[in-house]
Amino acid sequence: MISHSQRKKIVNRVMFALTGLCAALTVGTLFFILGFLVVKGGASLNWDFFTKLPAPVDEIGGGMANAIVGSAKVLLLASALGVPVGFLGGLYLSEYGGKVPGFVIRYVTDLLNGVPSIVIGIVVYEWIVHRQGHFSTFAGGVALGIMMIPIAVRSTEEFLHSVPSSLREGAIALGAAKWQVIATVVIPAAMRGIVTGVMLDLARVAGETAPLLFTALNNQFWSPGWNNPTATLPAMIFSYAISPYEDWHRQAWAAGFVLLSFIVCINLIVRFSLRYRIESVV
Amino acid sequence: MYMAPHADHALSGTQAPGVLPKIIIRFAGRFMRPADALAYLLTLAAASAIFAIVVIIVYQLVAGSVLSRHTFSWNFLVTSVWDPIAGRFGALPFIYGTVMTAMLSLLIAIPVGLGTAIFLAEQAARRVSDVLTFLVELLAAVPSVIYGLLGIFILVPILETYIVPPLQAVFGFLPIFSGTFYGVSIFSAGIVLSVMIVPFIVSVGREVLLSVPAYLREGSFALGATPWQTISRVIVPYARRGIYGSIFLALARALGETMAVTMVIGNTPQIKASLLAPGYTIAAVIANEFTEATGELYLSSLVELGLVLFAVTFVLNGLARLMLIGASKGGKEV
Repeated sequence: MISHSQRKKIVNRVMFALTGLCAALTVGTLFFILGFLVVKGGASLNWDFFTKLPAPVDEIGGGMANAIVGSAKVLLLASALGVPVGFLGGLYLSEYGGKVPGFVIRYVTDLLNGVPSIVIGIVVYEWIVHRQGHFSTFAGGVALGIMMIPIAVRSTEEFLHSVPSSLREGAIALGAAKWQVIATVVIPAAMRGIVTGVMLDLARVAGETAPLLFTALNNQFWSPGWNNPTATLPAMIFSYAISPYEDWHRQAWAAGFVLLSFIVCINLIVRFSLRYRIESVV
Repeated sequence: MYMAPHADHALSGTQAPGVLPKIIIRFAGRFMRPADALAYLLTLAAASAIFAIVVIIVYQLVAGSVLSRHTFSWNFLVTSVWDPIAGRFGALPFIYGTVMTAMLSLLIAIPVGLGTAIFLAEQAARRVSDVLTFLVELLAAVPSVIYGLLGIFILVPILETYIVPPLQAVFGFLPIFSGTFYGVSIFSAGIVLSVMIVPFIVSVGREVLLSVPAYLREGSFALGATPWQTISRVIVPYARRGIYGSIFLALARALGETMAVTMVIGNTPQIKASLLAPGYTIAAVIANEFTEATGELYLSSLVELGLVLFAVTFVLNGLARLMLIGASKGGKEV
């Protein structure tokens, strides 16, 4: 016969063992994913991947040089659009937004963060691609730029808030105007955090595929300028993975490995340069 | 104390203005210094732009789906025929697939995610917990298309060889595990989705649990409760709003997830009782057919599917945010 107090101790042990098991399962899944990409992707990777264009369907080999450049261009444009808007929006929330407007903008930003990426794709298609009559790097950049805004806003706001008020007060006491306080004291103090926030933001949209399907589309060749459809790494992974060709599957793994390495590296850099978590990101 | 009278005396020379003059000075200052006005307007413009983008999203979805909405009205949502050639479009198979995959993923992700959150918040030492949380959040950073890649080439073969045959041997008599398994299925999509949404439940859940005031825990211990009793009867009930919030966030993600699902669900618009049968989701059909849609009505129907998806996730995210704001009231902001 087990006494009540013994039973509750056993339940305690068992339940905590189960929670530990859950944690092991979750973290284990991550290593499982990283392991497969390193093994399968690493084995598939070669120099051609970075330097050559995709091979025609009936040929083995080729690379994804155009997709790497395409991804870089799309991300550059996305940052050029999303980061200034997000940064200034975050500045507004932190420094100027009163109670009600601040709440509204913050709420809308969170909702924008939750809009499914495929919906952003549809909207940018209707808004830009449909009107211009062609798919383009530009449209892809706009789609990802919109997706970058919410996180840029929230991380900027968070880091501006974390600047000690003594710094602001010191600057005010020296007779600085509000914009001077913000531009010469608050922003520089928060700069490191804001930059890492933007890096995480970039890492998040770097792997986005759905919004690019109807905006940047894809391309087997180089895409000059900003007004042509372009290949991107995520879109190439998708089309190669669902293709029936063995060699394309190999290249999809290689592309996945390159893309994930980029994302994990950024996350690690941010983690070690900040030593604490940015809470608004997930 | 000793310095106080002296300090008071020094301050009295530059007496602070009253509340009303203060407000006027602030306003005047704002509009009189051009640089300040410029800075304010610039940030206001950016904030308004964010608002405008959300308005544009709603407008484009509503305007783009006019034709479909007028042609099918509400029948769109309850009809199960999807025939682009005959020009008849019903969303039911996609709604069914979306709901089933999301529910299945929650069924797996809620217990595992909550268990992990409890472990990280209550059990692990703070330093270990921080590292593990970083690793869990890294799961959220893995792109959807890479989950799809792993789904096609790793998960589906594993399910085909090791999981589904024994499952069918034991539970094959149940309708939900009946029929032939082709690898791609609602079941596979649900499993992939569950891995993708676990980080949301863990990350938000951990923050919510950590923000529970210490005196509740201490009171419970003082009454002789074990740590598990304290967690299950005091801490989790106290934090339930935030936990519901995290589940809503995860559900919204699961409903809108596109690439990984598209790659493992089989893309067949049908409603079958078996989870092992291929299906289709709203996001997946948009991803597959949008660029190939010929004809206004076809495109318009796909945009309407986007509108449905947007509306549902908008409501879910809105509720989740309200719950999380409520949960963090008086505590740490989540």
